[in-house]
Order: sequence, then structure tokens, then C-alpha cells
Amino acid sequence: MAELLVADGLNKAFGPTPALDGASISIDAGEIVAVMGPSGSGKSTLLHCLAGIVRPDSGQVRYEGREVTAMPDRERSALRRRQFGFVFQFGQLVPELTCLENVALPLRMERVRRRAAEQRAMEWLERLEVTDVAGKRPGEVSGGQGQRVAVARALVTNPRVIFADEPTGALDSLNGERVMRLLTQSARESHAAVVLVTHEARVASYSDREVVVRDGRVRDLTGARRG
Amino acid sequence: MVYTPWCTVLGMSIGQTFLGLLESSPRHGYDLKRAYDERFGRTRPLPYGQVYATLSRLLKSGLVEVDSVEPGEGPERKRYAITEAGVTDVDRWLSQAEKPEPYLQSVLYTKVVLALLTDRPAADLLDTQTAEHLRLMRELTRRKDGGDLAEQLICDHALFHLEADLRWLELTAARLDELAREVRSHG
Repeated sequence: MAELLVADGLNKAFGPTPALDGASISIDAGEIVAVMGPSGSGKSTLLHCLAGIVRPDSGQVRYEGREVTAMPDRERSALRRRQFGFVFQFGQLVPELTCLENVALPLRMERVRRRAAEQRAMEWLERLEVTDVAGKRPGEVSGGQGQRVAVARALVTNPRVIFADEPTGALDSLNGERVMRLLTQSARESHAAVVLVTHEARVASYSDREVVVRDGRVRDLTGARRG
Repeated sequence: MVYTPWCTVLGMSIGQTFLGLLESSPRHGYDLKRAYDERFGRTRPLPYGQVYATLSRLLKSGLVEVDSVEPGEGPERKRYAITEAGVTDVDRWLSQAEKPEPYLQSVLYTKVVLALLTDRPAADLLDTQTAEHLRLMRELTRRKDGGDLAEQLICDHALFHLEADLRWLELTAARLDELAREVRSHG
């Protein structure tokens, strides 16, 4: 498989506290990689740098060979909208919109007509088994349903990479499992890579491989790649 | 999955534990038993018969040798030392991942302490074990995906146990420096 997303020697500090200290990682197209590590180890900062949300102090992030870290803000925003999808722990759906409108939103931002956007959004709600909440607002659905709506929204643009930061962190075991099964299944069917940040081994076990972030550095437990 | 009680698992590794203790310094049989009981057998001290049977097996296989013999009031006191082959055996045992099974923390704990005692990289040992646990968890999750409810529940049972082991591994990794100081201060 081809390298899709590569981080090389990333350093990032917030004030005097270093979050990343020479972190390197490489993700292949269609690969599901779990990024594990204790709280405060730098795993979310790594995800934010890989996704072009946060600029590292030094080091490079390359997506399909293009240097994300050197792109102007506008280009990076377009990359995030068109090529990347995001699932967070909570608070990511727009409360004023219905679940269907939430899923259609990324398509509407790309100027897809409302009807076509909502039709595609409905197809994704079906795949994520939440068509029954299409007309409801996020405040009216359960945590598990809300997360499945969020996964549908992350996948609706057919992104090449899904960034998921503790996607089951606020759910019980059963709902967490359902979200993980549907997320990884849909990503595999769409050939999307997934960068999955989690501190839970059971969540990580849905991935193809795991890396551990410790003290701002990425450690491949097999010892094959470290940095 | 068949669960092995911890004492059986530990029983299988008494020889290697002796070798590890002898690598840190040659000892008489009595001292070896005392060191073993103190570190690993607090609730289940080793019977003398097992100590000498194990030493005799290790002697026969060339993993230990008699370092010196001192005349005593009763029988002669033999001091045992590890051989090159014994060191290689400890090396192999410590670097190999245990087959992930519930209740094996005792073996893992023993390995960590011996790695620290013999100045081997204990953090690498924990990483190797973590990787092996995660590999098995991935395998069980795949199996669960294609299985019926009974299969899913059987896999879940194993997954939760493995997850508990992993939490122990993570906690031990976080306390490794503290443990190293404690282990080394007791010689």
C-alpha cells in the first residue's frame, strides 16, 4: 500500500510544555491505525497536526507527497473539507440543525444542491443505522445515535482519511462497540484510512495496527518504526 | 479458551526464576529459596524438596554449576552459580512474550523484577508483552465480527481479561523507575 499521510520529526509546545518531541508516523491508504497512550502523552496534538488543524513548531506533515505544513491556511482548510473527515468525542453536531441537515452540511459547504446533499446524507444515515433520527435535533437523540450521525457526517464527502479522537469516549461498552464496528466497516468499504486516537485497548483492537505516543514521541510496539 | 491457574504458570517458570536470581549473584540453596520466597512466593513459599529438585535439574542440563563447596556441621553447603548457557536461557525467556492468558501477572511481575535486577531493558519487555496482547485482541475482535452472539460473548470475555492485563502493563510501565529503585535497594 502507498504512504498517504506522513509526519516527520514533529515538535510542538504549548507554552513551556512540549506536547510533541520529534514525533514521526506514516499511514498507508486505507489503513486503520490506532494511536494510543496515556493522558497528556501528545496523541491528540499529533492528530491535530496530521489533520492540519494545528501547525507544528517544526517538522513536516505530507499528504500524498504535498507538504501540509507549508500550505497557506485557505489551501489547508480546503484539504480538510474535501479529503478529511472528523469524529470527536462529543459536541460536534450543530444543535440547531436536524441530524439529516448535519450530515448534509459538509456537502452544502461544497455547494452541492440541498436535495442531492440530503439524499446522500440519508444514504449514510441508513448505513449507520440511524434513519429514525433524521428529522430530530442532536439534543433529542442518545449519545450512541449522535455519534453514529457524526460518523455519517465524517464519511459523507468520501474522504481519504478519517480522524477520530476518542470517538467512543462518552459511550457505554455496547454503544461504543456499535460505533466502532460501523465506523471501521464503512471506512474499509470506502477505502478511507482512519487515524484513531484512543486510550482504550478494546477500541484500538478494531485497527490494523497500533502505535503508542509516550512523552511526545511515537513508538511502534513491534520495534519496526520509532521516532 | 482454557484458563491456567497462576500457580501452574508460575510452576513452569521456577527454573528460570532461579536462574535469574543466580545471575544477579551466586547463592546457596537455602539463600536461593529465601530470595525466591521474599520476592515471588510470599503467600506460597517453595518447599525445600522443590528447591533442590529444581537445582539438580538445572545442574544436569548445564544451566548452573557448583561454584564452591563449604564443609558445615551437617552436610556440605554448595554454592550455585549460573553458567553461560544459563544466562542465554534467561535471556531467551525474558525476551519472549508470554502467551496472553488471564492471571499471568505473576509471571510478568517476576520477569519485570528480574529484568531490573539484571540490568536488562524492562520497558522493552513491557512493550513486547503489550504488543502481543494487542495482537491477540485484534484477532478476537475480527473473530467476534463474523461470529454469532455466543461466539461474540466468548470473545468479549477474553477481551475484557486481556484489557485488564494491559492496564496492569501500562501502570507498571508508569511506575518502572520507582520499582527499579525498590528492587535494587533490596539487592
